Amino acid sequence: MSILIFAEHHDGVLAGATAHVVAAAQQIAKESGGDIDVLVAGDGVSDIAEAAAKLDGVSKVRVADHAVYAHLLAEPTSALIAELAGDYTHVLAAASTNGKNVLPRVAALQDVAQISEIIAVEGADTFARPIYAGNAIATVQSEDTLKVITVRSTAFDAVSEGERASIETVDFVADNTLSMFVKEELATSDRPELAGARVVVSGGRGMGNGENFKLLEGIADKLGAAIGASRAAVDAGFVPNDMQVGQTGKIVAPDLYLAVGISGAIQHMAGMKDSKVIVAINKDEEAPIFQVADYGLVGDLFDVLPELEQKL
Amino acid sequence: MKVLVAVKRVTDYNVKIRVKPDNSDVDLTNVKMAMNPFCEIAVEEAVRLKERGVASDIVAVTIGPKAAQEQLRTALALGADRAIHIETDDRVESLGAAKALAKVVEEEQPGLVILGKQAIDTDNNQTGQMLAALTGFSQGTFASEVVIENDKAQVTREIDGGLQTVELSLPAIITTDLRLNEPRYAKLPDIMKAKKKPMDVKSPADLGIEVASRVKLLKVEPPAERKGGVKVGSVDELVDKLKNEAKVIS
Repeated sequence: MSILIFAEHHDGVLAGATAHVVAAAQQIAKESGGDIDVLVAGDGVSDIAEAAAKLDGVSKVRVADHAVYAHLLAEPTSALIAELAGDYTHVLAAASTNGKNVLPRVAALQDVAQISEIIAVEGADTFARPIYAGNAIATVQSEDTLKVITVRSTAFDAVSEGERASIETVDFVADNTLSMFVKEELATSDRPELAGARVVVSGGRGMGNGENFKLLEGIADKLGAAIGASRAAVDAGFVPNDMQVGQTGKIVAPDLYLAVGISGAIQHMAGMKDSKVIVAINKDEEAPIFQVADYGLVGDLFDVLPELEQKL
Repeated sequence: MKVLVAVKRVTDYNVKIRVKPDNSDVDLTNVKMAMNPFCEIAVEEAVRLKERGVASDIVAVTIGPKAAQEQLRTALALGADRAIHIETDDRVESLGAAKALAKVVEEEQPGLVILGKQAIDTDNNQTGQMLAALTGFSQGTFASEVVIENDKAQVTREIDGGLQTVELSLPAIITTDLRLNEPRYAKLPDIMKAKKKPMDVKSPADLGIEVASRVKLLKVEPPAERKGGVKVGSVDELVDKLKNEAKVIS
């Protein structure tokens, strides 16, 4: 009865999401007993494995370090996890684009269902998860012997550092003739990552155009915030899709969420309604966003934003 | 090259859903149903591949109750050549759907299968990846661009933090993200023509598989309501509240 966590990492650094997944695993382990192991797969990942070994509650880090796992392509990575899955009752990953890409393939290779994006652990086989863009919460029970699960990281508090776990090498090398990495274009930014930021400042269709998103930058700089956007702003071509907060974009739950010129479509709210404090700035006082905002300011964002930047 | 497109019948994305009073499920009585938006993008991509001469014929497939034939007719009106309905009243989740689709893949031998990345009812985001596992095909999930050249698919994927491009050997499974294309609307003459296009109806038993879910739905509840707070009159008041009341900025 042990749990395997597929570690998330970017640019040679263990992603914060993994510490949240370990927290979910600890809750499961409380019910089922057993150890929590972390799998770090990739090419040149020894530093990442060291970082994972420091996470509280982790018994063992298993490292699959090989060129075939570079960029964590789904085909070899799922074969690797499936190879190891026999030792475990649960396989967990963050519900990131990596986790979502790889884990269902693992589940099908093992002929089991996957439980996607859990937000609560009710038992070793019972979990709560949002459906219909967060407009309902389903409690589901897996009848499979192996549970394959993705975890919505914002729903679990990250574990801190603990005793250093042991690290062991996994020799299994999957072969991959199916897919090849070509390139990656990542937005470079000094700002924190949207999904893990303590403060998020988001703009909607009310921003009018992409150029006006600059108005959010000064505020984001002062607050150390990430910048997000509503789907309406993305669809209008103001900003790229990776800035999208919502059911079809990123799910965030920062301490402070500032929604500027966002009306509050259901799909957007599903992505931010678990934020601790929500501030809405909108000139339409009937905008649905005010129904969830702790603090609402009715006004023209082009007047409000410069003033806010100055007064922060 | 033959292209297989999977579509799902779901609640219309504009519908605000309600939970049944006994918390057994979501109440779908008299709720407007439609093709899942990500599946519309999948159909559109297949049609564009045909228009570019890459795809020779397009087969649309769905798994679900009899009423799901409406969504197949929509796919036919949008440009699919024929349709396959795997009829079942069971609650089918991703693994069951992937098993049914894998059987269809075996029979149809498509060069490409395009699916939506997730359905907006169960929000699972699994079926395409599972189908890739069961068929042993390559997978390009969350696609924002697909180029077919020299027996390979170059797929640009929406990933956390940006875009990733992978080259896949064919046959391949592709799941669509929002920006892949903007689906067209079906024109009336095409809707009329679609009624005459061929549709095969099969049962999961015909395919020799079981699709019933192994995940039990214990209960469905409405989410915790978030209460609205106060309106502030000025930027000064807002900054003051954030500093001294909410204490989220310093």
